[in-house]
Amino acid sequence: MTTATAPVRRATDESQVSVGIAMVFLLLMAGYFLLPIYWLVVNATKSQRDLVTTNGFWFGEFQLGQNLADLFARDGGVFLRWALNSLLYAGLGAGIGTVLAAMAGYGIAKFDFRGRELLFGFALGGVLVPATALALPLFLMFAGVGLTNTFWSVFLPSIVSPFGVYLSRVYSATIPEEVLEAARVDGAGELRIFFSISVRILTPALVTVFLFQFVAVWNNFLLPLVMLQDSTLYPLTYGLFSWQSQVSRYPELQTLTIVGSLVSVIPLIITFLGLQRFWRAGLTAGSEK
Amino acid sequence: MAIPVTAPQGSLTAAPAGSPPQRRAARRAGSRIWLVFVLPFAVPFVAFYLAPIGYAITQSLLRTERSGGIFGQPRTVFTGLDQYAAVFSDPVFLSGVGRMLLFGVVQVPIMLAIALALALVLDSAVARLKKVFRIVFFLPYAIPGVVAALMWAFLYSPQLSPIVNVLDAVGPRPDFLGSGAILWSIANVVTWTYTGYNMLIIFAALQAIPQALSEAARSDGAGGIRTAWSIKIPIVRPALVLTGVFSIIGTLQLFTEPVVLRLISTNITSGYTPNLLAFSIASGNNYPLAAATSVVLAMGTFVLSFGFFRLAQKRGWS
Repeated sequence: MTTATAPVRRATDESQVSVGIAMVFLLLMAGYFLLPIYWLVVNATKSQRDLVTTNGFWFGEFQLGQNLADLFARDGGVFLRWALNSLLYAGLGAGIGTVLAAMAGYGIAKFDFRGRELLFGFALGGVLVPATALALPLFLMFAGVGLTNTFWSVFLPSIVSPFGVYLSRVYSATIPEEVLEAARVDGAGELRIFFSISVRILTPALVTVFLFQFVAVWNNFLLPLVMLQDSTLYPLTYGLFSWQSQVSRYPELQTLTIVGSLVSVIPLIITFLGLQRFWRAGLTAGSEK
Repeated sequence: MAIPVTAPQGSLTAAPAGSPPQRRAARRAGSRIWLVFVLPFAVPFVAFYLAPIGYAITQSLLRTERSGGIFGQPRTVFTGLDQYAAVFSDPVFLSGVGRMLLFGVVQVPIMLAIALALALVLDSAVARLKKVFRIVFFLPYAIPGVVAALMWAFLYSPQLSPIVNVLDAVGPRPDFLGSGAILWSIANVVTWTYTGYNMLIIFAALQAIPQALSEAARSDGAGGIRTAWSIKIPIVRPALVLTGVFSIIGTLQLFTEPVVLRLISTNITSGYTPNLLAFSIASGNNYPLAAATSVVLAMGTFVLSFGFFRLAQKRGWS
């Protein structure tokens, strides 16, 4: 009896030790990833004086309401302007970019035409070219035609998503040909088929494309930095940076930068968590094919 | 840098070419309907991806000269590869490249090792609360690089940082912004931002491993670590190669973090990274030299990441 149960008990002891070690590792790493975010939340509630005088890891006098009011009142509400700009650049840019990429990826997957592999090859090359490498050439070109310091100089480049073309093509290959054929027999046009049938099947991929393009544009810093001088055109990233760079002259901007940073990350976190089901499906599917 | 990645490299070419029924369908439509689908992407792609690169290359071969003082007639002269010679003989550029290579050799392996370890633990049977941890680890990716750098800047700041205070109390006062430490302080911000993202890609690859395979290993008496080492890691190698390539690209393009930390540290010069140098040159209105620098940088990035791919293929890693 004892000889029979002993190995079993040893096995469970062992696995309990493993669970313990794994949990300590995971908790330590979670602490590392959450530390700056915790710091941001705590210090967004502090007055300028408490920011300097109190312990950075604990609350001072709770001033979040006042800080938020100051944030939105500063310079005639320029922060709200930046937020709207970011929303336009990222939301509209990623939205249009997703539609264009979906159509192209689907077109490459479902139609036979000369040069389609070449086009796909170029799109893949585009995935390997980082946005930061393009920002300066874009600036030089826009400067050549006098389009810098305009809304378009930041918006137009953000509607191109080579990665979206790649994922849409991979995903489009899974759309059964019979479904499309049946619709054609019913007399539906190709565009109509795409927008009413194919898009529905492509949805998880399209959410993934939208989300990653949205984040890429929302987080973009170098492109607005080289393109824009007019502060009413800034996105949030550049706006917050411009405040932080003036802290030595206007110390009160320190608090506003911190509160503004907190406000600027909330929409992204909510979007990511809310759409998790979709984009995780998109990521996993992409890696299995 | 925020380049989305989903698939191991091997699958890039896996999308099937048009099967016979598809071809037939398109031919019967007998039309150029594909243009309607492809052109709306192709036109802006050419205009905002290919054209700027072409423009930068052209610019880098020219120089504007004025004859007879500043009121003279400006004319554009072809200077060939002069600008490139200037780039490669610039000690600031070369030391920036060297700095980024050092950064990449140290930071990329550490980040990917942590990402792999996290993914393996989350994929194993011993982890609890997996979903919560996955979200926590991924969270930094959703935070803009500027904001991430701003937060860490406060945590590094000698006046404001609670971390500096804590460490000061138990040992020598740390100087995160000193000339020796600053590069690794930047590396920490990058690691913090992208580890969770890389973990997610490796995790997705791990999830694709058939359950039966791990179970077979276990019934053969292999423990969790043994299974991870000899079965799981070899299978997810393509994902590791891919995350490696994108991390290399990110390293060479490093810009946002040093620019933000520059606000509080004098140890980050205007040519600290090659990208920062190109930006500074453009700010000084020397467009041809800025163009040459950014072309060299883009080519270098491309060659290095492509070379890593080839090496990985040759060694059979992917």
